[in-house]
Amino acid sequence: MRSDRSSSAPLGLKIAAIGGLAFLHIPILLIFLYAFTTEEKSYQFPPPGLTLQWFAVTWNRPDVWAALALSVKVATIATAIALVLGTLCAAAVSQTRFFGRETISLLVILPIALPGIITGIALRSAFSMADIPFSFWTIVLGHATFCIVVVYNNAVARFRRVSGSLIEASMDLGADGFQTFRHVILPNIGTALLAGGMLAFALSFDEVIVTTFTGGQQSTLPIWMLEELIRPRQRPVTNVVAMVVMLVTFLPILAAYYLTRDGDQIAGAGK
Amino acid sequence: MTLASTHTVLPNGPRLIGRISDFLWKHPHVLLAVLLGPPVLWLGVIYLGSLFALLLQSFFSIDDFSGLINYEFTLATYRQLLSDANFDIIVRTVLMAATVTLFSALIAFPIAYYAARYAKGKWKAVFYLGVMLPLWSSYLVKIYAWKLILAKEGILTWAFTKLNLLWLLDGWLSLPIIGGNSLSVSYTGTFLVFVYVWMPFMILPIQAALERVPANLIEASSDLGGNPGQTFRHVLFPLALPGIVAGSIFTFSLTLGDYIIPQIVGSSRLFIGQAVYAQQGTAGNIPLAAAFTVVPIVIMGLYLWMAKRMGAFDAL
Repeated sequence: MRSDRSSSAPLGLKIAAIGGLAFLHIPILLIFLYAFTTEEKSYQFPPPGLTLQWFAVTWNRPDVWAALALSVKVATIATAIALVLGTLCAAAVSQTRFFGRETISLLVILPIALPGIITGIALRSAFSMADIPFSFWTIVLGHATFCIVVVYNNAVARFRRVSGSLIEASMDLGADGFQTFRHVILPNIGTALLAGGMLAFALSFDEVIVTTFTGGQQSTLPIWMLEELIRPRQRPVTNVVAMVVMLVTFLPILAAYYLTRDGDQIAGAGK
Repeated sequence: MTLASTHTVLPNGPRLIGRISDFLWKHPHVLLAVLLGPPVLWLGVIYLGSLFALLLQSFFSIDDFSGLINYEFTLATYRQLLSDANFDIIVRTVLMAATVTLFSALIAFPIAYYAARYAKGKWKAVFYLGVMLPLWSSYLVKIYAWKLILAKEGILTWAFTKLNLLWLLDGWLSLPIIGGNSLSVSYTGTFLVFVYVWMPFMILPIQAALERVPANLIEASSDLGGNPGQTFRHVLFPLALPGIVAGSIFTFSLTLGDYIIPQIVGSSRLFIGQAVYAQQGTAGNIPLAAAFTVVPIVIMGLYLWMAKRMGAFDAL
């Protein structure tokens, strides 16, 4: 009966855990610091001075804006496709039993289980074999393929918790399949889909490996960033863009967290 | 009674939709086909189709003189893949992936254990977000952050100078193989970035596995006289192993195929991903590039098969 004894962790474990988290976060904090540095030619630490001027310079850069717009467009369409396909797949896998269910789960996970370079080069050689020119749509095609799994994972987890008796009750009350979907299933899985969609958006917004293979002349924001990493030309602008990208990806992650946090309290799950 | 229920029951939809719905209800196989059709077509045709087409190309060869692909079945490309220079690339990549996985597990375990067993309420959320934010934040920005850290004029050199430990850093860099001119062009640098970028993928599966370990099992072990080391070795570690294996699928696979990190931070010696990129791009040798991609696929196939046998998929 002395189980409360274990409520405080050994000191060594505490240090290792907090040290591990610090290892994960200090580099990110540095990105925020460097966005304000006055140093232009090197990555000098500590920064010789702090300034806000690079925000204005970045704001007036058309190439940054063009890359950002393309990234947002690609991510939006890829997310929409992934939402439809991922939800359909999750519904089939969780609501029915059929031969080869395991294979379907594997098929969905494969695009992110295999290294991105394989997906990228496979799509690239398929496009060139089929004489499809690289365009906006080839980028979207690649992104949607690996975004499906994120939506699928979120939806499957939620579908499992939607009680079957709710659906039967709806049917017993005379609703047809579409009405049941609209008024019973959708409200229950809605937040999971929103969360999955946001994560898919974040994944696509940040993708670079597949994009280098499926993109033509267009450059998404990560491609722009990659070029700056390989051949740094304007370090201060890169610093600011890096910070903005960091902030932009934080928002959907936080939102997705708050949306799925209370996932246990779905109607009908109490039983 | 009928009056009360008219408001709670929705009017039936248009007749056609109702009939479609009835039809699907009576024929669950059709419903299944409608649900599964689009995603399976997408993934099966676009994804698996391209993957298969790529693998097929690894059985072709390239004509050394004209540089054109010779569409005849041959194993010559695979012979070329196993030549010394290319085999070195494979060994180097697999060693790196294994080391990264090992160190990721070492760093991830205490975080996961603390989060699973000791973090309560608000701290639980802090730990969860503390792992999720770095995991999901931009891959390139994370690499960029390490470029800032590892640069000669960067924070690491500064910290070592302030602590009067610069000799330690220089000593490390003068070591063969893992050293180099500076951290940003050495294997050590590549290794650090790999661990940083892929380690968060290890934490959540371990945490999931540890959360299923009942606390009284640990207490029982110490009641029976096991010291913390023994409890860890005989109780905690075996139960956490499926989680570690599940996490290692990510760290291993992601390191195996990465070509951007070693390109930006590292020496000029190639990894598999870079070799694929170079072969399909500048060299134009698609068959060899395809053969190179077979290596991670085969390794991951074996790995997944092993992981499945150890029950790692339940920890995902």
